[in-house]
Amino acid sequence: MKMEVSAMFTKSLPVAILALVLLVVVPGEFATADGPTLVPKLGKAITPGAAAKWDLSVFPDGAGLPVGHGTAAQGEKLFEEKCAVCHGPEGIGASAEELRGGKTEDLSSASPDKNIGAYWPFATTLFDFTRRAMPMTAPGSLSADEVYAVTAYMLHVNGIIGKEDEMTRDTLPKVNMPNRDGFIWIDAKKPR
Amino acid sequence: MSINPNHPAPLTTDELTPAANGGLLDRRIFLKRGLVFASAVMAGEIALADDKLAVVDPAAPPWMREPGQPFSTYGRPSPYEKRIIRSITANKIVAGNGASWTPLQHLEGMVTPTGLHFERHHNGVPQIDPGQHQLLIHGLVQRPLTFRMDDLTRYPMRSHLIFLECGGNSNSGWFEEAPQATVGNMHGLVSCSEWSGVPLAILLDEAGIEAKATWIVAEGADAIAMNVSLPLEKIMDDCIVAIYQNGEKLRPEHGYPLRLIAPGWEGVLNVKWLRRIQVTNRPMMARNETSKYTELMPDGKTRQFTFVIDAKSLITTPSHGQTLRGAGVYEIRGLAWSGRGKIKKVEVSADGGATWAEAALQEPVLSRCFTRFRIPWNWNGGPAVFKSRATDDTGYVQPERKVLIAERGRNGYFHYNAVVSWSVDEDGSVSHVY
Repeated sequence: MKMEVSAMFTKSLPVAILALVLLVVVPGEFATADGPTLVPKLGKAITPGAAAKWDLSVFPDGAGLPVGHGTAAQGEKLFEEKCAVCHGPEGIGASAEELRGGKTEDLSSASPDKNIGAYWPFATTLFDFTRRAMPMTAPGSLSADEVYAVTAYMLHVNGIIGKEDEMTRDTLPKVNMPNRDGFIWIDAKKPR
Repeated sequence: MSINPNHPAPLTTDELTPAANGGLLDRRIFLKRGLVFASAVMAGEIALADDKLAVVDPAAPPWMREPGQPFSTYGRPSPYEKRIIRSITANKIVAGNGASWTPLQHLEGMVTPTGLHFERHHNGVPQIDPGQHQLLIHGLVQRPLTFRMDDLTRYPMRSHLIFLECGGNSNSGWFEEAPQATVGNMHGLVSCSEWSGVPLAILLDEAGIEAKATWIVAEGADAIAMNVSLPLEKIMDDCIVAIYQNGEKLRPEHGYPLRLIAPGWEGVLNVKWLRRIQVTNRPMMARNETSKYTELMPDGKTRQFTFVIDAKSLITTPSHGQTLRGAGVYEIRGLAWSGRGKIKKVEVSADGGATWAEAALQEPVLSRCFTRFRIPWNWNGGPAVFKSRATDDTGYVQPERKVLIAERGRNGYFHYNAVVSWSVDEDGSVSHVY
């Protein structure tokens, strides 16, 4: 970490006075390559419970998934209602990204389709993205049950799960995506 | 010797000794002699000039005979430059999902005007009230904290003058046939700005990072809550939360009021409308780091977390869509950049890569910043094929297209940085060739 602001705080008189004022209010030092820099420390404490209300992240191990449940059978109707206008009936053939694919797609073929079934490494990503972003005309409007149902439907039309398989915070992270191990990390260290 | 730029002395035999085949001259000729172009005007500029040619006597132009316009509270480009705009490619149904491309072929120098900086939005540009915007830092920290915008502006700041490039820039280069498009429409998802704001290390230090933390998740306040994961090491090294771009508060389309800036790393990681930093011990595997912004290779394996933008260059003049007006001296101009450091060298070829000459690099040459390069060319009126090839200070050399494709195949989509070739025809037209 390189910073070039520390000299400013010590070598000019008016700024030194300001620094003193800051010291009186909230002292805080931040170590940099050029030595410590005074920082105001104005962050406001928030409880983990309050922070959780902001939190939309869903991780591959299921962390962040809410309580709820849904099946592809339930999701099919919802998909027709809220998603098909852009993604096409059964997730194909309209203006938006094709969601229906197949897990048997050969990714080493000449022109492979990088669809959900063949390419996506984690089922939890579907839940995460659908909840935060879909439908694009009303993002964040789906209930947890609805997101589970649409997620189940997308997994089903890609041949990953059965039509009646119920997706929950326990079952979704356990869904086996065929391309789970197909990714090589380039600029980050993959944990062993 | 004094030089009259309007009547340069003829080039001497020594000066005309080429630096490489095809008419490339020593890069220092323009500096030494202050040469002017021989009819070296590009077609686009001619068209604009024609607008005002009709009636004006240049010896006594009308704008010298009446008072000019009054002051303006916020300056705008000349109306004669109204055609220099971003070109937009967006979803027909969801207008806010797409990109706008910087018209690089019309720009000079290293800084991109803020209003022409490329955009990539996934679901529109939110209009955020800065008084209502907060940044949350939570997760593996001792003290979860929120920061208001007026508080953030009191923190120590630093600036990065850097390029920003979308990982999907130049993706039509993977096509089998060379697309016939301008530099901006093919390669314009890269721009260069000064970004100023607060080092994230300071804010994370205030929150108190737990020992097991290794990643963060950054999230925007747009209508897809755009989210990506970044290694904590990069965040602590040089990332800032930018409040200013080119000296003024961010524009809405560039992340107002707060944007993560990760110098040298692909554009999607520079999360706009930043609202949340979650400190974690693993990546989230978000949609935009798994199904997108990853590169499928010929063996079926996929490159993931390809954060760094490798060295790249392209010639902006002459380039596709421009027309040279007859033989004579031209200046070949272009841009080079690398996410790994400084541009060390740019070589230019006028004979399709058979011979190369080194271009002059415009100072200052900065790490992870646009570097403008220039080299004079004496066109004999015959066909020529231009290429530029950048080398950065790590020694990395921008690859030829066939080399990149041999390594990555043609299904990677992202991170296309191969050498770009422009063919100049005898009639002066310029087209894109592989």
